[in-house]
Amino acid sequence: MDLRGRKIIVHDMCLRDGMHAKKEQMSIAQMVAIATALDAARVPLLQATHGAGLGGNSLQHGFAPHSNEEYLRAVSAVVKQARISVLLIPGLGTMRELQSAYDCGARSVHVATHCTEADTSPQHIAFARKLGMDTSGFLMMAHLNTPEGLARQGKLMESYGANTVYITDSAGYMLTEDVRRAVAALRSVLNADTEIGFHGHNNLGMGIANSLVAIEEGATRIDASVAGLGAGAGNTPLEVFAAVCERMGIETGVDLFKLMDMAEDLIVPMMDHMVRVDRESLTLGFAGVYSTFLLHSKRAGQRYGVPARDILVELGRKKMIGGQEDMILDTAMTMAKERGLLKT
Amino acid sequence: MKKVRCALIGSGNIGTDLIYKIQRSPVLEPVWMVGIDPASEGLARAQSMGLKTTAKGVDGLLPHVLDDGIQIAFDATSAYVHAENSRKLNELGVLMIDLTPAAIGPLCVPPVNLREHADKVEMNVNMISCAGQATIPIVRAVTRVQDVGYAEIVASLASKSVGPGTRANLDEFTYTTSSALEIVGRARRGKALAIINPAEPPMIMRNTISCLTDAMPDRARITQSVLAMIEEVRKYVPGYRLVNGPDYDDHRVTVFMEVAGLGDYLPTYAGNLDIMTAAATRTAELFAEEILAGTIKLQPQTTEAA
Repeated sequence: MDLRGRKIIVHDMCLRDGMHAKKEQMSIAQMVAIATALDAARVPLLQATHGAGLGGNSLQHGFAPHSNEEYLRAVSAVVKQARISVLLIPGLGTMRELQSAYDCGARSVHVATHCTEADTSPQHIAFARKLGMDTSGFLMMAHLNTPEGLARQGKLMESYGANTVYITDSAGYMLTEDVRRAVAALRSVLNADTEIGFHGHNNLGMGIANSLVAIEEGATRIDASVAGLGAGAGNTPLEVFAAVCERMGIETGVDLFKLMDMAEDLIVPMMDHMVRVDRESLTLGFAGVYSTFLLHSKRAGQRYGVPARDILVELGRKKMIGGQEDMILDTAMTMAKERGLLKT
Repeated sequence: MKKVRCALIGSGNIGTDLIYKIQRSPVLEPVWMVGIDPASEGLARAQSMGLKTTAKGVDGLLPHVLDDGIQIAFDATSAYVHAENSRKLNELGVLMIDLTPAAIGPLCVPPVNLREHADKVEMNVNMISCAGQATIPIVRAVTRVQDVGYAEIVASLASKSVGPGTRANLDEFTYTTSSALEIVGRARRGKALAIINPAEPPMIMRNTISCLTDAMPDRARITQSVLAMIEEVRKYVPGYRLVNGPDYDDHRVTVFMEVAGLGDYLPTYAGNLDIMTAAATRTAELFAEEILAGTIKLQPQTTEAA
C-alpha cells in the first residue's frame, strides 16, 4: 500500500463521540482543556456537543450538564486555528438547533442518517449549505447496506448539497474489504470535487486498518479521537493513526508528539472506564450493534439480571439501529420475563 | 341507516387507507377522492371501489360538494396546501379533518379531547401525527393522575411505511408532535424523537413514552390510568398493545407500546398509518353521529384568504 504524499483532513471526535464514553457528563472545563490541546496540536476539525449531537439532551440519550450551545460557545472561544463541527441526526435534531449551533460558532456539520434513509436529510443538508457550513452526509451503520446501495444513498446526499459523504462504521463491524468496496463504490458515482470520509469504531480493532484502506480508495477525511475516546471500544485512536500516517508518508499536518502527550496526560486520566476492546464492546463489533448501546445495555442488564452480551446479541438480531436506545430496556425486560426474572 | 357523505383529499397511502376505514363505518360514506396525479394508484383504487374521483385537486371537487351532499372532508395532502383546501371547503359548510401537520384547527386525540371539539362544532380539527396519536393518550393517562414536567416519546417506524412527504419534512413532524405533547398531553415540556428502521421483515411500529413526574409517581394509580387509556384507544385501534411497563425508575415512568395495523391498504407493520386513519375516522364518526341525530349543524364559514 503506497499512500505517500496523500493529504487528508483528520477530524477529532473526543468532544462528541467521547461524550458517550463519559455518559454525556463532560464538564465545560474538560471540553475547553481538550479543545485547547487539539488546537495546539494543529488538528484542523473537532466535533463537540452531546454524544447524540444536536437535540441529543433527552431521556433517550441522557442529559449532559450543559446545553449544546454552552459547550459550543466555550470551545469556539479557545480555538485559534481549528474549526468546530457538530452532528445532526434528522428526527432528533432540527434546523432550529443547527441555526443555534452556527450562532455559537459551529462551521461544519455531519448530517447523519441510517445508511438506507438518506432521503430524510434534504432539508438539513440544504440548510447547512445555506449557512455556508462545511457539510458532510454521514451514512451510519454502513455495514447494513451494500456498496451499490451506499453509493446511491451518498449520491442523494451529494444532490442535496453535501460536499463530503462519509462511510460510517457505527458498529465497528466492517472489515477492510467491506470498507474498500464501500468507498470504491462511492468514489465511482460521486462528483470529482465531492470528498469521501470514513468514521470508524475500534470494536474489532480495525479502526486504523479500515481508515488506511479508505484512504487508498480515495477518502480524504478521517474521523478519529485522541486515545480513542468514543462509544463502544472507541473511535480510531488519533495519535496512533497520526503515527502510522507519518510512517507511511500520509500528510495530516498534526503534531504527533503533542497528541501523544494529550492522550497520556489529559484523556486517559479522564476516562471513567478504560475505553478498549472488552467482552461487551467486542460483542458490538461481532454482532453489528450500534456502539452507543454499550453502556445502556450494561445498565439495563444490571437492572433486570440479563447479561449485557445477551441483550446486545438480541438487539443485533432484531436489527435495531442508532437512536433506538429505548429498545434496550424494552428488550431487557422482555428477556427477563422469558427467563422468569420479571413477572409478566 | 342514513350516512354522512365524505370526500378524501390526497390519494397517497393515508388517503387510500381511509377509504377502507370509512367504508366500514356505520355513519360515514366515502363519496369522492381528490388527487392531483391522474396516474396515481390511489385514484385508480378509489374508482374501483366505487368512489367518484378527480385529479384536479380540491378545485375539481368544489362544484360537486353541494349536489353530492358532502359534509366532511379528510385532508391527507400537505401542510402547504391544507390552508387553502380548508378555507374553500369550510365556506361550503364542510367540516375538515386535517391529517397534515398544518394544524390550523385544534389538535385532536379522540380519547383525550374529541368530545370538547364536537361540542364546540369546530369546523377544522387536526390529527397531529401518527406518533402523536400513538403516544399522547399515554402521556395524558399520566398527567391526569399527577403533574408531569417533561414528557418524551420515541416513535420507531418501519422504513416502508414512511412516505416521501414525512421524509422530506421530518422537522415539522418533530415540532408538531412535541408541541402536542404539551397542549393535549399536558406535560409542561414535550420532546418527540423519530427513528426510521429499514429492517426486513419490517418492524411493527413501536412507541416508547417517558414522563418525569414532579412528585414521586403514584405507581398504582398511574398503572391503572394507563391500562384504562389503552382500552379506550383499542376501541378504534385494536392493534394498540402494551409490550412492557409501566416501568418506574425514580421520577421516571416509561411505557413501551406497539401498534399493529389492520392491514387494510399497507401491511400490519404500518401501525403508524392505521392509528392516524383510525383516529381521523373515529373523529369524523362522532361528528357524524351528532349531525345525524340533529344535535349539531355545520354552518358555512367565511374566512379571509390566507
